[in-house]
Amino acid sequence: MTDDTRPSAPTPTGAPIRADLQLVADMVTPESRVLDVGCGDGSLLDYLVHAKQVDGRGMEISQAGVNACVRQGLSVIQGDADTDLVNYPDGAFDFVILSQTLQATRDPKGVLVELCRIGRRAIVSIPNFGYWRVRAQLLFGGRMPVTDCLPLPWHATDSIHLCTIHDFVTLCAELGLAVERSLILDHVGRPRRFDPGGRAANLLGEQAVFLLRNG
Amino acid sequence: MHQNGHLRIDSSRLPGHRLDVGEDAPLRLDCGIDFAPFTIAYQTYGKLNADRSNAILVCHALTGDQFLLESPLAPDRPGWWHQIAGPGKPLDTDRYFLICVNVLGGCMGTTGPREMDPRTGKPYGLGYPVITIADMVRAQARVVDHLGIDQLFCVIGGSMGGMQTLEWAASYPERVFAAVPIATTARHSAQNIAFHESGRQAIMADPDWCGGDYLNQDRHPHRGLAVARMVAHVTYLSEPSLHRKFGRRLQDRATVTYGFEADFQVESYLRHQGSTFVDRFDANSYLYITRAMDYFDLAAEHGGVLANAFRGTPTRFCLVSFTSDWLYPTAESRTVVQALNAVAARVSFVEIETDGGHDAFLLDEPELKATLNGFLDGCAAARGLAETPR
Repeated sequence: MTDDTRPSAPTPTGAPIRADLQLVADMVTPESRVLDVGCGDGSLLDYLVHAKQVDGRGMEISQAGVNACVRQGLSVIQGDADTDLVNYPDGAFDFVILSQTLQATRDPKGVLVELCRIGRRAIVSIPNFGYWRVRAQLLFGGRMPVTDCLPLPWHATDSIHLCTIHDFVTLCAELGLAVERSLILDHVGRPRRFDPGGRAANLLGEQAVFLLRNG
Repeated sequence: MHQNGHLRIDSSRLPGHRLDVGEDAPLRLDCGIDFAPFTIAYQTYGKLNADRSNAILVCHALTGDQFLLESPLAPDRPGWWHQIAGPGKPLDTDRYFLICVNVLGGCMGTTGPREMDPRTGKPYGLGYPVITIADMVRAQARVVDHLGIDQLFCVIGGSMGGMQTLEWAASYPERVFAAVPIATTARHSAQNIAFHESGRQAIMADPDWCGGDYLNQDRHPHRGLAVARMVAHVTYLSEPSLHRKFGRRLQDRATVTYGFEADFQVESYLRHQGSTFVDRFDANSYLYITRAMDYFDLAAEHGGVLANAFRGTPTRFCLVSFTSDWLYPTAESRTVVQALNAVAARVSFVEIETDGGHDAFLLDEPELKATLNGFLDGCAAARGLAETPR
């Protein structure tokens, strides 16, 4: 979960969720089985359960986050994406979501493989380290970037495996994962019509959402 | 000379309900015996709704009983789960119908080793069959049947009550809408068995135990039973909380006495725990019920694979463990969670930060209450149970 606090869209239940989470939610079909890995305070899961009637589960590394979710009536367990996805059987879910969490995992390659094993489809959102503002801060300022999408200073961030959109698309190809859909988001969270493999996406997209599938 | 206290009380004089199981419908026990006739004692709170869809079965622990809210033997004290059950509490008696059954082998009204064996006219003693957690659950199912309830809204319990909850979910998945096993395990570890065996040996070493025939001989192994209770009680507390409550402080004296009196406050506390326990609990029941806990191994009942116990289950689970519970540590709950994940069951798992040790489920723990409220509210909404104004 990021500390992104940009304005978000209100939901049918009234509680607003972040704009990028709304785009993730839009990819989920109603009444499907969903696992949200790194579900934080449960806001996305809660939206999916109420607005789309999904059979939703969650996994969250912080116990405080888990307890907050269970208090809201969500099925959430404490767990670590790096070690605990192995317990789920193949194809157990229609959608497995990993939003703004891949960069905090110790083994992003292993996590992606597991996501696409336990879910028929995976929805992964990442900040784009190739975003022009990030490149500019490093190139001209000589400083590790601090942006809306990457708001924490280098010594405080959980992000240990950042990548660019291009890196991510390349890794998916290497792992044999098909990108069924992708949304490249600009600095206000609007999806732009860029080819995910192209230069424009890698330069102008602040973050991206991918719908993945095995093969 | 120790008086046997309540043990002389006719258990039919305790409040609550009774179900008689006759010889026409014996209970087949795991040990192979068809057990009948016997009586099952239970208590209920709240009102069963017209659909019979709001029933919650509460499973009590080793030395608990069916009286959640009141203590018939100690009217000045509230029941063992008054923190969790009652009007406006997470197990809200204004909204749910609570059932608590005295376990098979117990001594608070359900036929146990202190009750009369109809074949001999004397107390069963060690003639009572060796019962298991699964046997306890089968007896509870008779009560649920008798009340005309097809599906329980929830089965919930802590410690041994959590074992019964897991057994219910594994044996009767269609009859359990939601299951809340608290501070529990899917099988007793070697350390758990070791502690229980120490307690049993203390009882059996008491010369007044008389090979289990003490009631017949008007004796009472109160010393052995008190020691068993002292040992067990230490396992229910955490070291930090013992240190906070007692430390090395002396009991009403300025210096140690160079003797074997209760010099330390913690000694005095344990002696008190032991001596009050023997007034309310039967020594043979302690043997039988600890044995049932030691024999409990849910994976073994299902080919050695715990996940098999829950395959295809529709039940919603919420497991709760406590950070300072070293008797049934969080790792045990995590094992059950992993088994449930392996069969894609709907499971929540919360570990609560507390220094209350294993006994924390009996104490005032706000996080436990918030968790139960959240989980039960979510389940009630899913089941279409009407809200009661709080």
